[in-house]
Amino acid sequence: MCGIAGIHLRDESLVPQLGSLMYEMVEGIVVRGPDSAGMAIYGDRERLPEDYSSVSLLNAPEDIQQRLIEKLPDADVGIEELAETTFIRAKVKSEELAEVVREAAPEAMVIGTGDDSVVYKGVGNPMDLRETYRLSEATGWQGVIHTRLATESAIDAEGAHPYSVGNGLSMVHNGSFANYMSVRRDLEDKGVEFDSHNDTEVAARFIAYRMEQEGDDLDAALKELAKTLDGFFTLLVTTEDGFAVARDEFATKPVIIAEHPQWVAMASEFQAIAHLPGIEDAEIFEPEPGKVITWKR
Amino acid sequence: MEALTDTTVEIDLSQSTVRELNAELHAPTSKSYRVSNSRGLHSVAVGIKDEIDVEIDGDVGYYCAGMHQKGNLTIAGMAGPGVAENMMSGRVHIKGHASQSAAATAHGGLLVVDGNASTRCGISLKGGDIVVKGNIGALSAFMAQAGRIVVCGDAGEALGDSIFEARLYVRGSVASLGTDCIAKEMRDEHREELAQLLKDAGMEDEANDSKYLDSFTRYGSARTLYHFNSGE
Repeated sequence: MCGIAGIHLRDESLVPQLGSLMYEMVEGIVVRGPDSAGMAIYGDRERLPEDYSSVSLLNAPEDIQQRLIEKLPDADVGIEELAETTFIRAKVKSEELAEVVREAAPEAMVIGTGDDSVVYKGVGNPMDLRETYRLSEATGWQGVIHTRLATESAIDAEGAHPYSVGNGLSMVHNGSFANYMSVRRDLEDKGVEFDSHNDTEVAARFIAYRMEQEGDDLDAALKELAKTLDGFFTLLVTTEDGFAVARDEFATKPVIIAEHPQWVAMASEFQAIAHLPGIEDAEIFEPEPGKVITWKR
Repeated sequence: MEALTDTTVEIDLSQSTVRELNAELHAPTSKSYRVSNSRGLHSVAVGIKDEIDVEIDGDVGYYCAGMHQKGNLTIAGMAGPGVAENMMSGRVHIKGHASQSAAATAHGGLLVVDGNASTRCGISLKGGDIVVKGNIGALSAFMAQAGRIVVCGDAGEALGDSIFEARLYVRGSVASLGTDCIAKEMRDEHREELAQLLKDAGMEDEANDSKYLDSFTRYGSARTLYHFNSGE
């Protein structure tokens, strides 16, 4: 069991409130996953000013900042430690930053890269981690939170969601996949590399592969995923311009969606979105089994 | 048991626990209760077994009103999965939407949903009644054995798959019928039954409107999958 909650703002005036809205969302899903939590935030200009990009690491060496400054002396490299995550930002494009970080600290694991997004993961109670992540202060146009109750792999930061694999692409998952090893081998044959032993990482890398190599859009990639991966899932996939929800053929895992002219939100339980402004006027529904629903910025 | 008071007892779930609430409802001291700050909590008002009125002024999480007997429970907001699961008698009224598996395996009583009910509504129904004023989701009435389900809106895919002897009345469209579930003739006794269920759900005007009753289709078992003495 896991808890998922996400929000995609349609009205710019709500951008300053993103963090405070998400902070309360945690309370509605913490009972579903008390062992670890992660989040992704899109468009927070304080954490990631314009022209900066981000890379998040686990197991970063202590002198990571020094190593990066040597390689990128003019990029205003900044480091922040949040739970198990080392968050790095620099004034270069994300592809370049990710490459430099991988060279400078090959022992560390990259858990997220983005030009508009930041990713944190950590072990602990989500109610404490939301303080560590300074969630109430966050701003932006989109955010995702996951609270985990580990089933397929150990309780550690590597196994926490979101799985952020492409540039700004994040996936959170409630459920489990049965045939992920065979899909993983197939992707490995095509040159895709993996960081963890987790089933959700396979799904995230499958989506990234479909979008980057096969030219799928988010909707098409998720439909392909539903055909290829066998298992139980409610998925929330976010990109630097989209928000998508997918559900398995038997709707085994809960999800409720609320759509309002100013925002779209989804969560494992209604309570996580009950406080959103205007919820009484929102269209509230549980998606049908096997359906993929996408929203574009 | 001592005589119950007529004074409504207020229970605030930001001050009391769900266990404390349920313990009070299992040995009630009053005929009526009002519960506030339920805020999606799970297992609220499970196991009521007396003729008491309980009003919940908000949303509830999983398994509210499980094993309900005799009482009259109203939920002013939304209900999570498994509301009124295994209900035996009495009445449960949800003013918002109900999540999946509403009134699953209910043996008796009436569940009324003013909004929509999600997937697996009335799964394995064993004699309870359900009236949904909106739509119901996919896989509803799966293996439903006895009882009635009235849907004033539309039904999702695979309605009544492997159904036994439950009777389904749907006013709107049905996305698809499950295996061994078929549309059936509406005879007089079915119109009477439908009108009575609508009345029980507080829809007096609709129950007296013969055009409204005409707009329903009855669904039930084709009886090709099971071979008991079905009686009817």
